[in-house]
Amino acid sequence: MSVRRVVWAVWPPVVFGVVFLFLWEQAVEVFDWKPYFLPKPTAIWDAFTGNVDQIWSAARVSGANALIGLVVGTVLGVAVAFLLMRFRILNDMLTPLAIALNAIPIFVLVAVFNNMFAITSEIPRRLMVTLVVYFIVLVNVAKGLRQVEATHLELLRSYAATPSQILAKARVPNAVPFLFQALTIAAPAAVITAFVAEYFGGSQNGLGTRITSNMTANTAAAWAYVLGACLLGLVFYLISMALESITTHHRGVSPGGGTTS
Amino acid sequence: MNETASNAVEVTNAAKVFNPGTTRQVDALVDIDLVVAPGEFVSLIGPSGCGKSTLLRLIANLIEPSTGDVRVNGKAAAMARLDQEYGMAFQQAGLFDWRNVVKNVELPLELKGWDKAQRRERAMEMLQLVKLGDFADHRPWQLSGGMQQRVAIARALAAHPPLLLMDEPFGALDEMTREHMQAELLRICAETATSVVFVTHSIPEAVYLSERVVVMSPRPGRITSIIDVDLGDRRDTDTREDAGFFKKVTEVREALRGHEVDDLELARGVDDR
Repeated sequence: MSVRRVVWAVWPPVVFGVVFLFLWEQAVEVFDWKPYFLPKPTAIWDAFTGNVDQIWSAARVSGANALIGLVVGTVLGVAVAFLLMRFRILNDMLTPLAIALNAIPIFVLVAVFNNMFAITSEIPRRLMVTLVVYFIVLVNVAKGLRQVEATHLELLRSYAATPSQILAKARVPNAVPFLFQALTIAAPAAVITAFVAEYFGGSQNGLGTRITSNMTANTAAAWAYVLGACLLGLVFYLISMALESITTHHRGVSPGGGTTS
Repeated sequence: MNETASNAVEVTNAAKVFNPGTTRQVDALVDIDLVVAPGEFVSLIGPSGCGKSTLLRLIANLIEPSTGDVRVNGKAAAMARLDQEYGMAFQQAGLFDWRNVVKNVELPLELKGWDKAQRRERAMEMLQLVKLGDFADHRPWQLSGGMQQRVAIARALAAHPPLLLMDEPFGALDEMTREHMQAELLRICAETATSVVFVTHSIPEAVYLSERVVVMSPRPGRITSIIDVDLGDRRDTDTREDAGFFKKVTEVREALRGHEVDDLELARGVDDR
């Protein structure tokens, strides 16, 4: 990529961001908004730099929950997708259950998990993230394993390929881009879920809880934690995007629209 | 070894019924008898629904006949498939995007358990044959439609099968590329002494390529006539402007039309009831 193209890709959002922050700063001045209503960007920045250690430690807690849930959910999702591929009967048994699970507002499960484990435990939050990630990965990988071109299947049958050869030569390579596309959806979802899960009680140690606990007393600090949350989400997203672009080997086209379950 | 003696394809009294005994029962093929001699090029032509692709898949053992017998190169069709006695090419080139060109050609050899050096050597040889030796490291999507189809042919012939089964392989190509590919296919088949069963719905294509054109008709799918084409071994661009060529095109067209008329009468008959 040429420097010119990078510059052209970068300047519109940068200009927009700078103008937006400037107008925000001015608006707070001009309309004399109180800090509890909306603090200035500069005040938020001061709060951010002043509390960077606490924000970092809170980000580590939320980030670890998101990451552990992401990894476990991905492994589970991939494993179950393979099982469903292998045993059609399991698919028939589990599909109604998956639909039923999807019908409940899934976050209420945090309350259930909180009840099952010690209140100071991080396990309920991680379980919640795992569950969200699991469904996204499962649905997409199962689709990638199944949606193999009909021509490819006929060809492999004409070569007398065994089911495991068909799996290795066609289904798995076909599913790889589906997996990484699922991760670009699952990674930000994992971070969001990790934050939201903190609102259902438990230790006051993550970014989500810090945002609420600071909101009344020190609004600028609360916003500084929001900024931290944004950055954490961005890191997860960028890493998943990078992984996707490395593994998307064909024509830069991603597989047919990934779905959040 | 009686390989020279066995016919490339022998279909005897075969029939295929889909969904038998249900309201959706379809007599895809009835009373099929077809013999393809070693080295012979035979086209199957007919309107959609005449079962020409189904017949090809019976020969390939991708589906089983409801009754009758299918033999390929002297073996039962199922055994012939296991032994890779035929190569296959479809309308979609069906190349694997995650493999480069040469690895695509290697795939059937890989499944046969050839070692790496051997299959690379053979695959390169096949790519030379289809004149794509310089494109071994390309990804399939970097090639034009015609080039992709040539890779598919190289792949189909990689294991040196005595028989090539093709299902409208040039159907998605533009006219110019198509004529070029037809000439290339004849050259390749002559060089490799491969027999071909070729499904098409293009009359000139069938006449240009084949030694015999099998005309089929739908409801139920059956063979209605077999037309011998003798345009000589040296077919070139002049062949397409040859009086003999046009005569055969007309003959095939009339054979096809004859049955269209039958169908119309049949349909009218149904209406009258």
